[in-house]
Amino acid sequence: MSKELFVKKYSDKVEALDNGSFLVSYEDWKDMSKHINKIGFDYLMCITSYDLAVDEKLGLAYNFYSTDKKEYLEIRIEFHNSDKIFSVANIWRTANWHEREAYDMMGILFDGHPDMKRILLPEDWEGHPLRKDWKEPDFYNGMPVPKDKSYWE
Amino acid sequence: MYKILDKSIIGADEMVLNMGPQHPSTHGVLRLKIVTDGEVVSHIEPIIGYLHRCFEKHCENLSYEQIAPFADRCDYLAAMHMGHAYAISVEKLLGIEELPSRVEYIRVILAEFQRISSHLIAIGVFGLDVGAITPFTWTLRDRERIIDLFEQVTGARLLYNYIWPGGLAHDLPPTFVNKALEFLDYFEPQIEEYNNLLTTNKIFIERSADVGVMPKDVAINYGVTGPSLRGSGMPFDLRKDEPYSIYSKFDFDVPIGEGLMGTVGDSWDRYYVKVLEMKESIKILRQALPQIPDGDVQSALPKKIRPKKGEIYSRYETARGDVGFYIRSGGKNTPTRLKMRSPAYCNLSVLNEISAGWMISDVITVLGSLDIVLGEIDR
Repeated sequence: MSKELFVKKYSDKVEALDNGSFLVSYEDWKDMSKHINKIGFDYLMCITSYDLAVDEKLGLAYNFYSTDKKEYLEIRIEFHNSDKIFSVANIWRTANWHEREAYDMMGILFDGHPDMKRILLPEDWEGHPLRKDWKEPDFYNGMPVPKDKSYWE
Repeated sequence: MYKILDKSIIGADEMVLNMGPQHPSTHGVLRLKIVTDGEVVSHIEPIIGYLHRCFEKHCENLSYEQIAPFADRCDYLAAMHMGHAYAISVEKLLGIEELPSRVEYIRVILAEFQRISSHLIAIGVFGLDVGAITPFTWTLRDRERIIDLFEQVTGARLLYNYIWPGGLAHDLPPTFVNKALEFLDYFEPQIEEYNNLLTTNKIFIERSADVGVMPKDVAINYGVTGPSLRGSGMPFDLRKDEPYSIYSKFDFDVPIGEGLMGTVGDSWDRYYVKVLEMKESIKILRQALPQIPDGDVQSALPKKIRPKKGEIYSRYETARGDVGFYIRSGGKNTPTRLKMRSPAYCNLSVLNEISAGWMISDVITVLGSLDIVLGEIDR
């Protein structure tokens, strides 16, 4: 079982959560991601970024799947919003766009990403809109942002 | 049509060519920045986001019931699948394990009809991309009949909002089963007509076979799923591997690309897997339609959706691949975070890898065979 291999190797560094996922520290992520790939989790399904809204902390959830053994693994990292997270885009190529999206929407910084820039929002966009403390600006490129929403709400 | 391996013989200065966002072959508002060397493509950068509608931001301000129609609008060619996928994920979050079997049967029947209609668009448009105009009009003609069926059931032709978390919006009309069987009798021979007109057409094969070969390991590494992954010879289908709903009750096969006209994983294989999948969907429908049980479709609808604190990740096989919903609930009636892993988003990211080195006209072929919908890429 691949999942047990992971737990066995890093038993003192992971914290098991309720739904079967593991919380790890972002400093260990570089070693762990390489190990996870090696033990057979070849398919990275999704990277979800989230805002904890306490102490400026952000989080990332990685959902892995092993196409061979039909196993799941969820890894979570929670960190301060100025920390740089090791980019797994060179291990699982699909992470390239997922990490760009995490940066675009949540402002998570990645270390070693081959092509880091915004993906869904325009290049001149300011701020990261999925953060809980994000406020609508008054102007966008000199155009006033409508504040009276009675027309459509 | 021929991949240029040694570029030094025809080397020239590189030129940047912009394709889109308003280009008929990019299937919506997709922009491709193509670096070309003569007519040979050396690098492609897809630029997306022209259809971004802040789906995930909206979800944080809407209740779970209100998100259902928004989820439909993500993939507008397979709205029933998105509604079903979202409903399954909320049911998982709420801990609802068993639904009335009438609900499950109706959901599966409509999802399979939706798969046929989405694949009809995919193969028709792929023909259009490589220069065959007639198949497109034929597939749209047959898709129209499915849409008429959906209109009868849901009242809408494209965006249905029919599958709700815990049940359905309303019951089937009494004439539905007969009309559906009538359609299947009409449609089954039509697939042979498509094969005669397009699949085995010499010009079509010359344009698509051996073009844009995607090996299995590259596909998995890029997170490619759905017919595009199966075209590379990987028999992975969530309906078979991890049956959700009642798919385990039906007997069907998972078609994979076999390289009949060229190499395994070429554009022709990705196309032909969709044709074969329509036949499998007919198989499921023929088994499911006669045995819809009686019952109340709204008996399991939750009065109020207010899940406990927690997170789930649920997967669903849509016409384009593996859609995932990651929902974080904070114990309120709105999710704290909802992330949609859209299949076409990951399928598009492989474009540069498999079409660099080909000519510009082949990029259109590869893009058409990947079957993308910009609504779910940009969300």
